[in-house]
Amino acid sequence: MDINILTVFILAIFVGFEIITKVPPTLHTPLMSGSNAISGIAIVGAIISTKISGEVGSYLGLIAVIFATINVIGGFMVTDRMLKMFKRK
Amino acid sequence: MINFSSIAYVLASVLFILGIKKLSHPKTARDGNFIAAFGMLIAIVATLISYGQIDFKLIIIGMIIGAIIGATFAIKVEMTQMPQMVAIFNGFGGGASALVAAAEFLNSSTITTFTMSTIIISIFIGTLTLTGSFIAFGKLQGFISGQPIVFPGQQVLNAILAIALLVAGFFVVETSGEMNFFFVVLAISAILGVTLTIPIGGADMPVVISLLNSYSGIAAAATGFVLMNNGLIISGALVGASGLILTNIMCKGMNRSLANVIFGAVGLEQESSGSGTEKQISIKSYSTEEAAMIFDAAEKVIVVPGYGLAVAQAQHAVREVAEFLEKKGKTVLYAIHPVAGRMPGHMNVLLAEANIPYDQLKDLEEVNPEFEDCDVALVLGANDVVNPAARHDTSSPIYGMPILDVDKSRTVIINKRTMNTGFAGIQNELFGFDNSIMVFGDAKDMLQQLLKDLKEL
Repeated sequence: MDINILTVFILAIFVGFEIITKVPPTLHTPLMSGSNAISGIAIVGAIISTKISGEVGSYLGLIAVIFATINVIGGFMVTDRMLKMFKRK
Repeated sequence: MINFSSIAYVLASVLFILGIKKLSHPKTARDGNFIAAFGMLIAIVATLISYGQIDFKLIIIGMIIGAIIGATFAIKVEMTQMPQMVAIFNGFGGGASALVAAAEFLNSSTITTFTMSTIIISIFIGTLTLTGSFIAFGKLQGFISGQPIVFPGQQVLNAILAIALLVAGFFVVETSGEMNFFFVVLAISAILGVTLTIPIGGADMPVVISLLNSYSGIAAAATGFVLMNNGLIISGALVGASGLILTNIMCKGMNRSLANVIFGAVGLEQESSGSGTEKQISIKSYSTEEAAMIFDAAEKVIVVPGYGLAVAQAQHAVREVAEFLEKKGKTVLYAIHPVAGRMPGHMNVLLAEANIPYDQLKDLEEVNPEFEDCDVALVLGANDVVNPAARHDTSSPIYGMPILDVDKSRTVIINKRTMNTGFAGIQNELFGFDNSIMVFGDAKDMLQQLLKDLKEL
């Protein structure tokens, strides 16, 4: 296995901890829906998986694309809808 | 290997990080969300361009269906239903990751031991997230009882399932992909998602949703290891970290360990111990008219919203009352307990929806000293988060939980529908305090009546 890829993973977790602890409690719900949208990055994997030959695999890929797109589109849109509402006095 | 798509994934990851960074303030948060969305667009376009032989027709069909469903959810969902929505989205995220891993498993003829192990991990976490999230969704939406569902031997069953999963997973790797073992892994992961989520009660949902959020990220990262894709690994790690931090904040907000939340089945109606600890408390019940007079004499009011406010959809009504009081020169603040509502930050979003400025919303540490010189604390559909037993009663299930010090206010006005106990299933001694007054009724109706009475004074 490639050690670089593990390095990337661990460093990314540290970066995540650093930036996310700075998000105030007021924005925790948008943080969740927004990070939800980011976990829709599985869409990249879903797209790639449709290339693998084999019928069953491509149908799984199709469902994966649907699921991930729901996550991405729904996640970013609803986060924006919420953040629009936060106003100062 | 440096190619176009890997550079695009680095760029996308940077944009995700910058986007989350901008979430550190409400003023910049919206830009942050745009930046993250732009990062996602780059990742998707780069993937579509740089991978040959992908099935464009299938992808476009999938994206259109997904976009319609996602957009419909995003536009239609009520702010009170946000926890359900996030729960179900977590499930889709986990499901997508598991499906990608499954496709990789089914279609690759030669898989290294390392990749096979990551496929198993990805299938396990992804499937568990999918079924667990659907249970959480069902509980929040009311399809399934919000009460913890427990049965004898539940923990033993979970332990047996976990061991069986490990064994089956080991054999999948050992046999280089024997189908039957693979299906066993899939089935057990799905069952574990259900059995681990059903014993968790409604008010513990903030923890569960945060945890499932984290899992959906870890599943994406595991899939990243399967595909050796940095974009998935970095984004998955960010989301995994985010979910873990929120899980930790929620557990601290209840002074409970994660293990206790997952296995404790707290909130189950407990048999009275009969040791005489069940004190009868005498309460004072006031009408909204009488309450209005108290508000009229007050200078500083702190509103404490709870899940009851969300259920009653009373966020707009509370804003109207608060605006009226402010016009009369009174100060109004909102005290937000970390676990108020059904997900982290739930109350903040609800109050923001009602156009309440976010600088009036104070979190626990910030607001507690404010109760000292507060004239009226108005508790709306919150119970356990204001129960003083958390301070002194070592036998109480909520002992040690940080609470809002409403009892330090001159008067506490508590609105509840009935005298039913809160989620923890315990009577709240606060209701019997000398400075406590109960006003019964639905939060929205009560507030609207209160506003009318205030205007008539």
